[in-house]
Amino acid sequence: MAASTTVRTILLSPRGGLSAIVLAIVIICALFAPLIAPYAYDIQSLRNANLDPSWKNWMGTDEFGRDLLSRIIYGARTSLSVAITAISISVAAGMTLGAMAAYFGGTFDRIVTAAVDLTWSFPEILIALILIAIMGPGLNSTMIAISIAYLAQFTRLTRAQIMALKNETYIEATRNLGAGHTHIIFRHLLPNALTPVIVAGMLATGDAIILEATLGFFGLGAQPPTPSWGAMMSSGTAQIFIAPWIIIFPGLAIAITVIAINLFGDAVIEALDIRNRLRDS
Amino acid sequence: MPDLLSDNLVTIRGLTREYSSSSGLFGPKRSMRAVNDVSLDVPRGKVTGVVGESGCGKSTLARLVLRLIDATAGTVSVNGVDLGSLSTSDLRKLRRNMQMVFQDPYSAIDPRYSIRAALLEPFKVQGVPLTNSEAKTTIEELIAKVGLSPRMADSYPHQLSGGQKQRVGIARALALKPSFLVLDEPTASLDVSIQAQIIGLLEALKQELGLTYLFISHDLSLVRYFCDRIVVMYLGRVVEILPNARAEPRHHYARALMDSHFEPEPKRRKVVTRLAGEIPSPFNLPPGCAFAERCPAASNQCRTERPLLSTGVDGHQVACHHPAG
Amino acid sequence: MALLTVSNLSVSIGRLKPLDGISFEIGKGEIVGVVGESGSGKSLTAMSVMGLLPLIGGKISAGTISFDGIALTGLAEPAYRALRGRRIALISQNPMTSLDPIIRIGAQIDQVSMLHLGLAESAAKARSIELMQQLRIPDAATIYDNYPHQLSGGMKQRIVIAMALAADPDLIIADEPTTALDVTIQAQIIQIMVELVRDRCLSLMLITHDMGVVAQACDRVVVLYAGRVAESNSIDAIFAEPRHPYTRELIRCIPRHGQIPGSLTGIPGAVPSVLDYPSGCRFHPRCAQAFELCSHNVPVLEQKGSGLAACHLSEVVHA
Repeated sequence: MAASTTVRTILLSPRGGLSAIVLAIVIICALFAPLIAPYAYDIQSLRNANLDPSWKNWMGTDEFGRDLLSRIIYGARTSLSVAITAISISVAAGMTLGAMAAYFGGTFDRIVTAAVDLTWSFPEILIALILIAIMGPGLNSTMIAISIAYLAQFTRLTRAQIMALKNETYIEATRNLGAGHTHIIFRHLLPNALTPVIVAGMLATGDAIILEATLGFFGLGAQPPTPSWGAMMSSGTAQIFIAPWIIIFPGLAIAITVIAINLFGDAVIEALDIRNRLRDS
Repeated sequence: MPDLLSDNLVTIRGLTREYSSSSGLFGPKRSMRAVNDVSLDVPRGKVTGVVGESGCGKSTLARLVLRLIDATAGTVSVNGVDLGSLSTSDLRKLRRNMQMVFQDPYSAIDPRYSIRAALLEPFKVQGVPLTNSEAKTTIEELIAKVGLSPRMADSYPHQLSGGQKQRVGIARALALKPSFLVLDEPTASLDVSIQAQIIGLLEALKQELGLTYLFISHDLSLVRYFCDRIVVMYLGRVVEILPNARAEPRHHYARALMDSHFEPEPKRRKVVTRLAGEIPSPFNLPPGCAFAERCPAASNQCRTERPLLSTGVDGHQVACHHPAG
Repeated sequence: MALLTVSNLSVSIGRLKPLDGISFEIGKGEIVGVVGESGSGKSLTAMSVMGLLPLIGGKISAGTISFDGIALTGLAEPAYRALRGRRIALISQNPMTSLDPIIRIGAQIDQVSMLHLGLAESAAKARSIELMQQLRIPDAATIYDNYPHQLSGGMKQRIVIAMALAADPDLIIADEPTTALDVTIQAQIIQIMVELVRDRCLSLMLITHDMGVVAQACDRVVVLYAGRVAESNSIDAIFAEPRHPYTRELIRCIPRHGQIPGSLTGIPGAVPSVLDYPSGCRFHPRCAQAFELCSHNVPVLEQKGSGLAACHLSEVVHA
């Protein structure tokens, strides 16, 4: 199926189209936050603390009097950039590790497989917490922690793909032409293994947003005043009875984004018909 | 030293490939020889056929000859050059000269490659620079040589039939102008009417380009039609070498193989010689002749002493204590 | 009267029509070969007779199948179930999937005669061992207690044949029964199967792509091409005087002993796919003798010499 037909199939399906619109809005907010946000995210005004949603502040203000809508729009930047960067690192590293383990086999494969199985048996949040405990809180360590937490998943998936592909006749045929390992890995194995790994990466981005929010909630992620959806919810807990919107709106932002990513991912899986390939890992 | 005057393009001596597997977690390691002490000459410009049933080691032999897998023991020399003595990069260069056509055309081309890209890959891999116009004429020539239509260059493998894919496989093998082709059951997964097409094409190409073939097959009738010399394998060993396609087999296994072929001739129905038993496990072979348990002519000697290949006057070699005929 | 009569059978799967007006008969005690290449519809013909089309989402869109006077087309499933396995047995291509891996060999054969013939367990066991011996399974009493994975492919296929024979059927349909097996094993199995079928005067529909197997085993042949019957005739007549160019060419695709090098050419072109059948005679793009009419008009299956052929050429196409 040609790429353009696949894209059309995804966008014309009900969940694919709807989720694509939602995701586009979130991404635009993240990219153009300074142009879209009505106020700066860090202007405090204690006189205006905990204001109800109004025409002036659509989502009200937080305990420091900062406009919540502006902070959610800027927060999209933090959440998306952390999640996307972390998952990209994770996918790149996982593909390299998985491909090398599957292709070369032997001791290296056994070590990688053992490490993957070990991390696989802990929840991602636990791994991330341990890593942040070692590296100290902050955006960079959140990013690294998330990428390591998801590394096992992509290593495992890539390894399974390559294991299946390397027995294809065309690999042997190419080797017989005199091709070296680099040619075989980069021209044949990885391109054929790429699609399911990229789709899995997309779905994991949704989980990574939740993980980033969770770490933010514990105060381990972005440090104030940088807005982060998780940290905003955390500060909202103290005001939950007097200004519940402080916790509700960031929560909704997380939920809507993650649901949209998952629906979009499902539509892609359907259109490419790769559900089985994602399952064999 | 390269001996270009020799009649044999490929010389195989004592070639052996051992595989071992442990039975269960604590079980003892068991080993089997997929190819066991095979010595063989492949004459230049001729078709040498290797025939045998599943597990006889013919596909392993094909891969050992091209050094796609490493031998446990023994040597393969092409044009007098011992492949085992070559460095990785020298071996890679030598691959231009020896190519393979694979059994399964359906997975022999990367599904993401157009036919054009698949046919240009050999040049890319071997570092042969081609200008755009050279690439264009090369593709046109290759496609014409294997009887495909020029507009197929832009197709993808899934758009071609099995026979067409096998033609692309042959074109790819011919791209670097090799002198030696290993044909590993090139027609086994094709329809009957297409099988004969592909054999016809391979015959014509051999005439036109003066190629040397090592033809691997399970089909003795096809081998007898296509090959100048026939090597019969059973459980990893060569049991008989027929110097020409007309020679009558003398080994009882080769005879059984021939008897098992039904000719498309209802007036000549056969009573199949009953081969007792089944092919034994390659993991614990009997000490004598591996075929003894199924052989109608087996004696006590056969069960204890393994027969060696002995050469008759006409170059007919057979490994049997009591050969027929 | 013939035991099985298939007349003008068409099958549709969705909007595809992989079988288009197939007709043939199998008489009592007759071995009929159904020959064709991939996509010719030979396995679908077997599934139609077995009433298994719904499994693959297909249905009979026209024509009739009758077995021993019973109309199979439109037969209700319970009535079909009483025939399937009991009076019509199927031997499929892959013996590995025909046997249950967790049930002992003997018990699987016993089940058939207990279910269909109402035998008691001890009688069923005696019968199973006798059948296994008739199929020349060495040491049948030991094998009786084995599991399928302990047997080789050839032995498993013998067990499948024993299961097919266990209910004393009238018709056996064997769908490429030896394709997955080695050459020497294939020859043994064909030989044993034919002997047993002949001894019992059963009817056998032998589906294959191999003209050699047909020549060895069959009384009559039905040649299928792209979902239609190209030709049907007695075994001697079809090899001596093929009336359809496809039959002639298919026979020529098998190298004979002593055939001159360079004389094997195959049939040009590709086997057509159901997605893209040619107009008129479906063989015309590959036929050396095709003329104007062949690309427009569908040839009718009609009497030609001693058999039936669907070809516009009037004279005999000599082999």
